[in-house]
Amino acid sequence: MSVQIKTIDLEPKRQTFGHIARRLGGDKPATRYQEATLDVQATANFHYKPLWEPEYWLYDTRKTAVVMEDWYKPLDPRQFYYGTYNIARANMQQAVDRNFAFVEERDLLGKAGEAVKARLISGLLPIRHLHWGSNMNMAEICQRGYGTAVTAPCIFSAADQLGMAQIVSRIGLVLDGQSGSSLDAAKEAWLTAPAWQGARRLIEDSFVERDWFRLFVAQTLGVNAVLLDLVYRHGEAAWGTAGLTVAMLTEFMADWRAEEGKWSDVVVKTVAAESPENLALVSQWAKEWIDRAEEAGRPLSVDLVGDESAATAAADAARTRARGLGLTL
Amino acid sequence: MAPKKLGLKQRYAHMTRGLDWETTYQPMDAVFPYDTFEGIKIKDWSAWEDPFRLTMDSYWKFQAEKERKLYAVLDAFAQNNGQTGVSDGRYINVVKLFLTGVSPLEYQAHRGFAFTGRHLRGAGPRIACQMQSLDELRHLQTQIHTISHYNKFFDGIGEFPHMHDRVWYLSVPKSFFDDARAAGPFEFMIAIGFAFEYLLTNLLFVPFMSGAAYNGDMSTVTFGFSAQSDESRHMTLGIEVIKFLLEQHPDNLPIVQKWVDKWFWRGFRVLGLVAMMMDYMLPKKVMSWKEAWEIYFTEAGGSLFQDLERYGLKVPKYADVATEAAEHISHQNWAVFYQYSHAAAFHTWMPDKEHLDWLSEKYPNTFDKYYRPRWEMWAEMEKEGKRFYNPSLPQLCQVCQIPMAYTEPGDPTKIAFRCTEVAGETYHFCSDGCKDIFDAEPEKYIQSWLPVHQIFQGNCGGATVPDVLNWYRMNVGADNMDYVGSPDDRLWSEWHAAKTREAV
Amino acid sequence: MAQIASITLLHNDDARPIIEAILADNPGVRVLNMPGAVKLDCDDELVVNRASVEARLGRPWEPQEIQLVLISMAGNLDEDDDWFKLSWKH
Repeated sequence: MSVQIKTIDLEPKRQTFGHIARRLGGDKPATRYQEATLDVQATANFHYKPLWEPEYWLYDTRKTAVVMEDWYKPLDPRQFYYGTYNIARANMQQAVDRNFAFVEERDLLGKAGEAVKARLISGLLPIRHLHWGSNMNMAEICQRGYGTAVTAPCIFSAADQLGMAQIVSRIGLVLDGQSGSSLDAAKEAWLTAPAWQGARRLIEDSFVERDWFRLFVAQTLGVNAVLLDLVYRHGEAAWGTAGLTVAMLTEFMADWRAEEGKWSDVVVKTVAAESPENLALVSQWAKEWIDRAEEAGRPLSVDLVGDESAATAAADAARTRARGLGLTL
Repeated sequence: MAPKKLGLKQRYAHMTRGLDWETTYQPMDAVFPYDTFEGIKIKDWSAWEDPFRLTMDSYWKFQAEKERKLYAVLDAFAQNNGQTGVSDGRYINVVKLFLTGVSPLEYQAHRGFAFTGRHLRGAGPRIACQMQSLDELRHLQTQIHTISHYNKFFDGIGEFPHMHDRVWYLSVPKSFFDDARAAGPFEFMIAIGFAFEYLLTNLLFVPFMSGAAYNGDMSTVTFGFSAQSDESRHMTLGIEVIKFLLEQHPDNLPIVQKWVDKWFWRGFRVLGLVAMMMDYMLPKKVMSWKEAWEIYFTEAGGSLFQDLERYGLKVPKYADVATEAAEHISHQNWAVFYQYSHAAAFHTWMPDKEHLDWLSEKYPNTFDKYYRPRWEMWAEMEKEGKRFYNPSLPQLCQVCQIPMAYTEPGDPTKIAFRCTEVAGETYHFCSDGCKDIFDAEPEKYIQSWLPVHQIFQGNCGGATVPDVLNWYRMNVGADNMDYVGSPDDRLWSEWHAAKTREAV
Repeated sequence: MAQIASITLLHNDDARPIIEAILADNPGVRVLNMPGAVKLDCDDELVVNRASVEARLGRPWEPQEIQLVLISMAGNLDEDDDWFKLSWKH
């Protein structure tokens, strides 16, 4: 039988790890987020230069032009570590499943009519490829970036983008009676329809971006803030009578944008605030990628709402957001 | 009419590879710049089969449930001071070795699979790699959270990332993973996905986790078992990779065989630390290293290589040497750490009589003949107040970075030395296996950050041992030296005495 | 020599219906009990049938749910809506 220890003092010798205590300014209890994140990436004494990129070490601050005295400054306000991240997403996914069940039981998309269905196939479903491209970018930033504070949330974000691509795919499967034909049609639109070529060119161009923080700015302020918001927020009018149904089925995306945006904003803001040089670089990158995303979104906007207003509105909102982060555009 | 429910396979196909497309605004070779230089030929990426077929919604659901259960156990363990219930205070040294030596590798795997999860051209393997990248981050973080509680009471754990980048023996696992990550994406997949996660993982996790179970460490058992459910997915990825490469083109066979040979030997050398842990550091023994090797390499590996024979793949080169060395490796490693205990962040001790008898029984061919007399002599010296420390710095193998203390195959009385000359410099190796690896890629291994060389070059805080230990952030007198008389020992004895008082 | 298809599961309440289904559906299965875990070995092939698990569990069960209690396995995996199969057959 196990025995309760009452007579001796089980006062801890120390509250946390040495590297955490130095960051907290003393030996104090640390959060699970802090212990799981701070200083866990190796920083010194690497053994071999990578065969695939011998100009850098595996973890190398020179892989971006911005310079941080400490890459553990841009922390995640959500304080996600793996466990809290997955539990948050599992909860969001439960709502997705309920919404899909609601829509499918009442055949809400079936009742929306053929014209609306066709609109969704050409106007909404191709965005799953943009999510997939965004997934590639966030995986790239995770592997190339510096410091776990930034890189760990990037693999979460990569998973989120894949998850959203799959939610959009599920909408397609509801539309086409689970045959996949709508997804084939949407892919054709992604590859050839003029409305989507701007978006496709933009994301393909981002695939070859070598500076990982520039890619971070391109993805979060260009792709997410302009193109995703264009479709999910400013393009709603395109879905006609199915507007409410689409809003239900893409509730995850709205919640995700609000939540992930808080994190990516902190990262951009913190890095830009580090120095006048960083501010100039990040501002220039933000301007460039918001402009490019607006340009890329124009034909899509015309296709969805009849004019360029959705692209303009999304890009203006992105610029306002960027200025709010201290960037000069 | 209710829509027909899609089968798992069709649903997965719609949800994954259908997302991918051939880029046209940028050439595919610019988008995927790293997956050709190794010479691997892939004719058809769509032939990739991912047996687990997890979509993100299922992934989140299952992983969230696993995490909820795991953290409930960790919280309960901390609240109930579970650390007082382990078999003996010596056991904590296993946990120390794990967090300083193994957990940072999980992190490396996380970033490495993010690399292959972005840079392999096929959508199927990319998704599997990304999920593994997430899982590996999970393993690092759950290990930190589990061991964080031990860190509150015991020494030698608190500076684990700093030590992993610097301390001499930790350069063994660190260089192993740096080596894999510095390789191309396909070699990484064979090194980590196949050789480590499939072929050798049971030799890492089963000893640690059953060791934890036998020694009352319920929190480590729980994270271990929970992590293993991810490992099953990783093993599946590892086996799929090797089959896929071998099925894609016959020219891939010699390349893959070379990697299997190399990474088997690299992994075997790293696992020597586990061998020592099993035979010497667990107060309650699970099985000997030799027995583990027989079950998990000879038998399980046997089934595997029998299966892979149809592709022409052979059992790794020097598997026979490794099997013979299973009789020696744990003893030779423990001897090294005992001699250099002043420079290690965990405690050592000479086995007591019962432990010696167990070793004699488990190693009837070698222990009494080659090792027991040495242990008895060192124990005698301890009693006389002449505890043996080795004041010199050891020569390290250029490849595995382990001190040159291993013996010749077939002659356990003779230290094995090999060397190669490159550009007027002589490089030293512990074995033919390590020398072969060097000779195949000398330009890579001449770069090795060898801790002893670095000390002599003045890059490690100073010229004396105290300078170096200070640079390691080693808390001298607490983190290092013998277990007996250490602060850990005193604390454990206090708890134990209190328990005994309470029980009466 | 027969190759061994093998699965190791947590030995808990969630896994019990799965373990029982394996014992019922795989003649000749060998059982090795370990602390907190159970290893089930079969020559060449080992299958977990959805219907057998559901019959014991009394609710719908997807073979993917096995991941919640899975510790280790050996053999090539084939997973579908109705089964989770480990095999060395080709």
